[in-house]
Amino acid sequence: MANYSTNEFKGGLKVMLDGDPCSIIENELVKPGKGQAFNRVKLRNLMTGRVGERTFKSGDSLEGADVMELEMEYLYNDSEMWYFMKTDGSFEQYAVEKKALGDTEKWLKEQAPYTVTLWNDNAIQVSPPNFIELEVVETDPGLKGDTAQGGSKPATLSSGAVVRVPLFINEGEVLKIDTRSGEYVSRA
Amino acid sequence: MKENWRPTADIETLRERARLLASVRRFFSAREVLEVETPVLGQGGSTDVHLVSLSTMARTDRGQRRLWLQTSPEFHMKRLLAAGSGPIFQLAKSFRDGEVGARHNIEFTMLEWYRPGCSLAEMIDETATLVATILPRFHGPVVHYRYRALFHTHLALDPFTTSLETLRRLAAEHGQMSAHTLADEGRDTCLDLLMSMVIEPHLGRNELSVVVDYPASQAALARRHQDADGEWVASRFELYLDGIELANGYDELTDAAEQRARFVEDNAERRHLGLGEVDMDERLLSALEHGMPESAGVALGIDRLIQLALGKARLEDVLTFSTPNC
Repeated sequence: MANYSTNEFKGGLKVMLDGDPCSIIENELVKPGKGQAFNRVKLRNLMTGRVGERTFKSGDSLEGADVMELEMEYLYNDSEMWYFMKTDGSFEQYAVEKKALGDTEKWLKEQAPYTVTLWNDNAIQVSPPNFIELEVVETDPGLKGDTAQGGSKPATLSSGAVVRVPLFINEGEVLKIDTRSGEYVSRA
Repeated sequence: MKENWRPTADIETLRERARLLASVRRFFSAREVLEVETPVLGQGGSTDVHLVSLSTMARTDRGQRRLWLQTSPEFHMKRLLAAGSGPIFQLAKSFRDGEVGARHNIEFTMLEWYRPGCSLAEMIDETATLVATILPRFHGPVVHYRYRALFHTHLALDPFTTSLETLRRLAAEHGQMSAHTLADEGRDTCLDLLMSMVIEPHLGRNELSVVVDYPASQAALARRHQDADGEWVASRFELYLDGIELANGYDELTDAAEQRARFVEDNAERRHLGLGEVDMDERLLSALEHGMPESAGVALGIDRLIQLALGKARLEDVLTFSTPNC
């Protein structure tokens, strides 16, 4: 991979730091009146998800990280690995470990599109689509006539996630959920 | 249609900018400081190890030659002083390669002025008066700090006597750097890092902070003198507002031999670091040999002052077109 100097650090650039691939979030030049300039860089470690700051001397460089984000659809799991397939027509499949799956496990639905982050062709992160439609598999019976008023109750969805839904929702209904906030949006 | 043709400042901001620049000119005109325009290109450039000069090739009367874009208008203005110009000021386009950020742009405007026969203290007063003129909302006091005292207050260390090993360790800690990154670095790099990361954010809060008595090794083009503690320090000041470095002033070096020695030293350091050498400004040296009156000078990043005056988040918000958008 190419090396990138501090001048080229910008949001979204993927670099190697301490052996882990990282994504640059922010890069700010700091310079005392006269003298050495530094770059204060905020990065996200793509293996741990943690965000941290590091300082570099201006002109220092880091090795680029071979990181790609690809759209893939979820296929199935054998409870050890979770399998995803590229949507570019190649039918190429990737096995993902539970660790890389993280919180996305509770938003899995077969054939839905996910963003899979690959580092050296290994899946290290899976992000769900912002909105996903899932079926209610368990909730208290819906309250008739209560279609507008407030109040909510927990509902378990087919993916295993539990979300707060309005009182009028029944088992078997398909709901649109915002995966970023984990909140009910509407009936699908 | 692409949108990248648009200015980075809005038109209303440009009107405000023009108004502020007019008040800078009125300020100096009322004080009988002559406005001058000097060339952006020079046959010599800034040898400062921490500045990256841009250069270009030009067809001159002596054939194809490399000419340097100025990092500040200092050299030409000093040649005017040596020619007997008296007090002068300039709003000058200046260039520093690689400097891009919320407070930096490769091409920027420097307000620089020089006064023969003036002391550094008088220049500090005049700079504070100018800032108060441009920023009427600013009524804070002007507070002086010695470089050494700032390190005592914020880091409990003495910048002159603390061991290099300790400076490296502290700099790595405060910069969240791996220790080996600083293994080859000298005192000044460590002090620069601690100054930028730890001390600067505290400066210029509801006051105009003036920092004086920098280590002699950080003198650049200023004279050196012994301070009250007998330590050799640079005769220069830096002025901060809202954690931002706005201006620096020098009791200007007028000794041609000393100036030549510093240029040579800079270029030796440049070779050592694998940076390209920069042609020394021989004509500045000739002017100093001829004799430049004892003078003090100030360089002020006028774009930053306008940015503060208008409460803008980024420098590019007050520039018609920032370098990435030119």
